[in-house]
Amino acid sequence: MDPMNYIVLATLLFAIGAAGVLLRRNAIIVFMCVELMLNACNLAFVAFARMHGDIEGQVIAFFVMVVAAAEVVVGLAIIMQIFRTRRSASLDDASLLKH
Amino acid sequence: MFLADNLPVVTENPPVLDWWLLAPLLTVFGAGVLAVLFEAFVPASRRRPLQIGVAALALLAAFAMVVLQAGSLPEGQVGTTVAAGALAVDRTVLFLQGTIALLALVSLLLISERRDGRDAFAAQAATVPGSEEERAHILAGSQHTEVYPLVLFAVLGMLMFPAANDFLTMFIALEVMSLPLYLLCGLARRRRLFSQEAAVKYFLLGAFSSAFFLFGAAMVYGYAGSVNFAEIRAAVDAGGAAIFQEGNGEPLLLLGIGLVAVGLLFKVGAVPFHNWKPDVYQGAPTPITALMASGTLVAAFGALLRVFFVPFGGSAGQWEPVLWIVAVLTMVAAAIVAVSQRDVKRLLAYSSVVHAGFILTAVVAGSSEGLAGAMFYLAAYGFTTVGAFAVVTLVRTKDGGQELGDLDRWSGLGRRHPALAGALTLFLLAFAGIPLTSGFVGKFAVFEAAVSAGATPLVVVGVLSSAVTAFFYMRIILVMFFRDPEADGPTVVRAGAATGGVIAIGVAATLLLGLYPGPVLDLLPPSGEEPAAAMADQAAGTG
Repeated sequence: MDPMNYIVLATLLFAIGAAGVLLRRNAIIVFMCVELMLNACNLAFVAFARMHGDIEGQVIAFFVMVVAAAEVVVGLAIIMQIFRTRRSASLDDASLLKH
Repeated sequence: MFLADNLPVVTENPPVLDWWLLAPLLTVFGAGVLAVLFEAFVPASRRRPLQIGVAALALLAAFAMVVLQAGSLPEGQVGTTVAAGALAVDRTVLFLQGTIALLALVSLLLISERRDGRDAFAAQAATVPGSEEERAHILAGSQHTEVYPLVLFAVLGMLMFPAANDFLTMFIALEVMSLPLYLLCGLARRRRLFSQEAAVKYFLLGAFSSAFFLFGAAMVYGYAGSVNFAEIRAAVDAGGAAIFQEGNGEPLLLLGIGLVAVGLLFKVGAVPFHNWKPDVYQGAPTPITALMASGTLVAAFGALLRVFFVPFGGSAGQWEPVLWIVAVLTMVAAAIVAVSQRDVKRLLAYSSVVHAGFILTAVVAGSSEGLAGAMFYLAAYGFTTVGAFAVVTLVRTKDGGQELGDLDRWSGLGRRHPALAGALTLFLLAFAGIPLTSGFVGKFAVFEAAVSAGATPLVVVGVLSSAVTAFFYMRIILVMFFRDPEADGPTVVRAGAATGGVIAIGVAATLLLGLYPGPVLDLLPPSGEEPAAAMADQAAGTG
């Protein structure tokens, strides 16, 4: 199969993730959408690596996975904390910071 | 099926590492790891002085090594790359790294300041605000010395970000810088709801923008077949990698430049990606705001300059018009919104957005004068802004508790506390770009570069925007000096040695860089060359 199809798929996944971040209001869902975007990046890197006959893109995908895992640790800690304070993970409720 | 037959077999030897050139980064990293171990093994009573000592020593050592490296670069050679071309060590990078190390050191003073045994950070961040548990921790005098390792890791990312010479290293640096900052934002001792909200907003928007950055990097990788800046530059000149010989890879490159730019412009806080800045600056503990407003801005602009001048230097025609629009929007929109702000930290945040717009005019100039102007501006603005936030930490509510940011209640501050208000006035004049301050020299440098590159309309917008911002800086000065003190006015707590030192350093840097900018200007890249000539992207000589 033409690897370019995977690029199209990656772009679609990235767009779905970006739309989710902009449209959904639950912090956990928003965060999941960000992870979807990162995985779309991975798919694109691996597909391009195949097209170029190069391993660099595959190596990058591993790095991105590690970074995404670190991001989950930090992100869930922050979201957990605000959930325990407010009993809600809705981003619309968190709106004290306005002038 | 899984093993592609066209994949090369890797037989190369592992790259030779030049440890000396990596030493500043490794020192800060090592100190961060050591600090984590201290958290685990040193008794709580002895942790604080140890943590502060190690952090300060590491930052000082990193600064000293950066200076020595800059001194040992041979005359006429711009620099080199290390770790198989992953990091650049050249005069531009070293200047920015030195600036970041100093700014982090000054911010560290502010972070370590304690009043009545309490610093600016939550006694125990894991407790629910207002709970019995939280009160118990406050009474027991618990403290988060974890702040220091987090700061060290954030500074490591900041030092790496402008030096990164490929998109993978740059992405890692971006995350190493950002992840600790997300946490630090949520650790304020007072007004914890604001602080947590700032952390969530910063985290979600930051992660969103770094995903854009990464997807952009993937597109550029698809176009160029490499993420290394030197090879991307060569691929841009050649019209794409080998698989795009008919020139049909152009959309990938344009998409890549656009998405990478979104990620970087978010970090510098340019309009329309600036929305996080006021909320985060206001909600975060003020010492952390000072670190973000100075160090992160320098690092992010360093990376932005590198990305636009080195790998994408060959397609300047494509990105320059977009940056034009972003620069104009940033200078105009942020200045207008800033006028209606009532909180001093929000106002400083919008002011930081406007300054990002001024620096973008230097990027648009695309010349080595622009590069030099942007570098000077960053250094000058960094010290001034740390000083301004140090002043903010001292103005508190009547009971001496939380900071009082409401500008309407600052009336008469200058009559009761002339020294403090005088220092803030100097910082505000520097922000406004009044002659004899560092802000004037910086603004002059970036606008001059933009004019000589033919971007005169941009400079006209910049000057008009300066006039608008000068209006609201003047308003603060008028409120402080020409209005009678009110009964419910703020209390100014006595500056400790650390905070006093930060304000003094801010005043000294603002005046020195304004009156004698020569020695610093000499460190900047010479004019009349391509900006990329001041940035090493390939191993020159030994590497």
